[in-house]
Amino acid sequence: MRFPVIKSLWTVSTLTAMACAPALAQDKVKIGFVSTLSGPSAALGVDIRDAFMLAVKLNGGKLGGLTADVSISDDQFKPDVGKQLFERYVKRDKVDFLTGVVFSNIMLAGLPEAVNGKTIYLSPNAAPSPIAGAQCTPYFFAVSWPNDAYHEAAGQYATNLKVKSAYLLAPNYQAGKDSLAGFKRFFKGNVSGEVYTKLGELDYSAELAAIRAAKPEVVYTFLPGGMGINFIKQFMAAGLNKDTRLIQPGFGADQDVIRAVGNDMLGVFDTAHWGLDLPNEANKKFVAEFEKEYKRLPTIYAAQGYDTALLIDAAVRSANGKIDDKEALIKTLKTVKFNSVRGDFRFNTNQYPIQNYYLREIVKDGQGRLINRIVGQPLLANHGDAYVKDCPMK
Amino acid sequence: MTGILLLEQALNGLQFGLMLFLLASGLTLVFGIMDMINLAHGALYMVGAFLTAWLVQLTQSFWLGVVLAVMLTAVIGMLLEATLLRTLYARDHLSQVLATFALILIINESVRMIWGSDLPLSMPKALSGPVELLPGLRYPSYRLVIIAVGLVIALLLYLMVTQTRMGAWVRAGASNREMAMAMGINIRRLFTGVFGIGAALCAVAGAMLGPLLAVQVGMGENILILAFVVIVIGGIGSVWGAFVGAILVGFVDTLGRTLLPMLFRELFSPQFASAAGPAVASIAVYLLMAVVLFVRPQGLFSGR
Amino acid sequence: MGSHDYKTPFWVWGLVLAGAIALPLFLHARGMDFYVSMLSRMMIYGIAACSLNLILGYGGLVSFGHAAFLGIGAYTVGILITEGVTNGWVGFAIAMGLSALVAAIIGAISLRTRGVYFIMITLAFAQMIYYLVNSIKAYGGDEGLNIKQRSDFGLGLDLKNDVTFYFVVLFVLVLSLVLISRIMASRFGRVILAIRDDDVRVDAIGFASYRYKWVLFVIAGTLGGLAGALMVNHQNYVSPNLMHWTQSGILMVMVILGGVGTLTGGLWGALVLLILEDVLAEYTLHWQFYVGWFLLAVVLLAPKGLAGLIRRKSTRKGGHA
Repeated sequence: MRFPVIKSLWTVSTLTAMACAPALAQDKVKIGFVSTLSGPSAALGVDIRDAFMLAVKLNGGKLGGLTADVSISDDQFKPDVGKQLFERYVKRDKVDFLTGVVFSNIMLAGLPEAVNGKTIYLSPNAAPSPIAGAQCTPYFFAVSWPNDAYHEAAGQYATNLKVKSAYLLAPNYQAGKDSLAGFKRFFKGNVSGEVYTKLGELDYSAELAAIRAAKPEVVYTFLPGGMGINFIKQFMAAGLNKDTRLIQPGFGADQDVIRAVGNDMLGVFDTAHWGLDLPNEANKKFVAEFEKEYKRLPTIYAAQGYDTALLIDAAVRSANGKIDDKEALIKTLKTVKFNSVRGDFRFNTNQYPIQNYYLREIVKDGQGRLINRIVGQPLLANHGDAYVKDCPMK
Repeated sequence: MTGILLLEQALNGLQFGLMLFLLASGLTLVFGIMDMINLAHGALYMVGAFLTAWLVQLTQSFWLGVVLAVMLTAVIGMLLEATLLRTLYARDHLSQVLATFALILIINESVRMIWGSDLPLSMPKALSGPVELLPGLRYPSYRLVIIAVGLVIALLLYLMVTQTRMGAWVRAGASNREMAMAMGINIRRLFTGVFGIGAALCAVAGAMLGPLLAVQVGMGENILILAFVVIVIGGIGSVWGAFVGAILVGFVDTLGRTLLPMLFRELFSPQFASAAGPAVASIAVYLLMAVVLFVRPQGLFSGR
Repeated sequence: MGSHDYKTPFWVWGLVLAGAIALPLFLHARGMDFYVSMLSRMMIYGIAACSLNLILGYGGLVSFGHAAFLGIGAYTVGILITEGVTNGWVGFAIAMGLSALVAAIIGAISLRTRGVYFIMITLAFAQMIYYLVNSIKAYGGDEGLNIKQRSDFGLGLDLKNDVTFYFVVLFVLVLSLVLISRIMASRFGRVILAIRDDDVRVDAIGFASYRYKWVLFVIAGTLGGLAGALMVNHQNYVSPNLMHWTQSGILMVMVILGGVGTLTGGLWGALVLLILEDVLAEYTLHWQFYVGWFLLAVVLLAPKGLAGLIRRKSTRKGGHA
């Protein structure tokens, strides 16, 4: 079946106007935003969207001096829907930028449409390892992090703690494989179990029974969105938090999970490239404005969505609004400077970021809310990824 | 160590099977007595889950919310039967497929329009911890409650079908509708009643499973197909068959999901094992059904 | 059911065909290639629905697993292209051959059952194939399989061109319809219709109804595979979702909507349903709600589907609707 389209307040596109009017792209920057906005993992897509639109709003409805025309659609967590949406934005609406996708499998289904249509995709989340390496393309920019990164940092943390045995769990899709590969790359202890669950699985009774039987020192899981919420709730319900220790990547321990699981999250350690308390000006403004506008604290997903908008803003401004020359635009995107909420930002040659990854702990803040607080020095500093050498781009 | 694993998995299988039974029993009665293919049965399960989530939030009490949601879903089911579904009994199966398929779309979107695509539902605080069944086996107390609820309802249904007059009508209607009508049973009211009970059972399953899975639009589609498999295995029109079939499917599915990947992981890579294991487990359920159909085409305990 | 007592006048077919040929050229001239692509997709679903109508409408066999053949056709071509075998003739031939083989096996077993059991067992087979394909991670698993190019048929045809692809699909569609119409007009077809009405009697007369049904099932499966091969070409992508039971359900809805047991019922059902979806999706998030009501109205008010509606209007003077 086909897909629903949510028209955002900022969108001007109509069927006939698109088809019959000649390309008047110079005074507008057209952006196609595809994300998971329904289902148990909707909170992630909603955060990216809200933060992206906040940046546009704070910029007076413009990006880089041009009016921002953002069309928002829901991929419903289905790769074929996502692919159809990409095709429509590239072929029918002829957008200047595509962005938004949360999950790697949906992004991988849609990316060929963008590449074939010579449309630049800026990823505010999914950034799988094949695209960092041999299958890199100039039309893909990861504004978030390489998929492996949080997990590499977590593996480093486990090594620092001298953990002897770890049980690993992730969904069976590209990002899941990347995650456990990343953890194992930096973890020097013994992996007592490596299990891949069905993507979208919500009942982990079987996996939890197996974990109980394996008696590991540490359990490390990569379960974003609704999957993580259910897993952690069931983990606690099965009493496993008494038997073993749970380490998480930032995906499984941010505000969306905290809101759903509650006080059981206190004391959990996780890893991420960003935190609410990063002390730069752009971040302070972002957190304050996001909370004022949406009455909730932003997650890493929101931070990534916000940064994506800032990047587009900087690149379009630097190109003086002339965004039809794709090659020049790509060159601009690779090197343009902008004030990212994570502090310093730069791209590697494969168009994936080089940045710090921190250890965070869930604590109570001054108002009694649970938040992630950055602990100590970065686990991995100025860290790129393991695949850049396979990418022929310079 | 493996003993505990097997025991825990057996309990999980029992829990899942009992919830499947709640869905399958309503379905088998509707199919057996009214001879109607109702694809929207899963949608009623979803409505029950959403109503529960909403009412629990409203009343701040889990059990009160569940009871109210079940009653409300029964009413909705009966209204649906009296208005629309009644006209479909005389039609052929194809028309029933089309109509109930359309109903799924309408109900799914109506829920989305009222509540959005998902609602949070948590298990009651008191049950969110484990119970130490054996040393080394701390089983989630909520799942034990589900098992208890499932068994109690199964018993009540059994008593109703075998001991009450309504149950006698139901059995008569299932085995020979024309004869039952000729004998003066008020078929219309019976049908509405049966449908209402089926809807209520769906709602109980939705309410119980909601905190474990996710209350989301479309949650009915996945479980509906398994319910159909159960009633085919058990025999259309037989509640006892639905019970046996559901427990069987529950065990095969759950045990398959853990034991097969474990077995595969000894022989193959973890990624292959993790993909092939659940696939083979799912296929096993359908294989089971195909075998039953071959050996005993009318199901294990035919109501007819 | 008098589907063959009523013959659509030849000039109507001619008009429709002329329109179908002119439309993409017109759209292309306005730079609206995206819509040409959309029409191709609708026609492919039309072929799939017509193939289902063979067994559902003409054969009276309610198969709830037809989408499996689409999947087999699609994955065969998809995997071959991924492995470097891009020749369209080879790919499509193997796809159809494999679909025929699987249909032969499934049919041989399922056709021994009747009624709701036939429905359930065809569903079971389809689900098994779905889970099987889902587990083959080498070709994407449930992430799906992207293919880098479309099938190459030589003859100077570049399938990447939306208009060219449209005409290829149209050609296949017309061929399929002609084939189906020839089959049903033949003696084989008449026996099939007799079997649909009363197969016990047909057996009594001396025709092995099981064998006729089996041949029909295989033909339908092969055409389904053909539709699947076109589908993967159109989307440059295939995922196990194509074989999910809800997809089989959608195909059934298309056939029933258009008119069960009519030659082009499946095609019209596909067109109406897909156009309705696309148009509604532009205006509202809750388009499925309106589609649901529309389908309900069709069941209650137009029991013979849309074709039945049209027929009732045209044969008021005589014959039967």
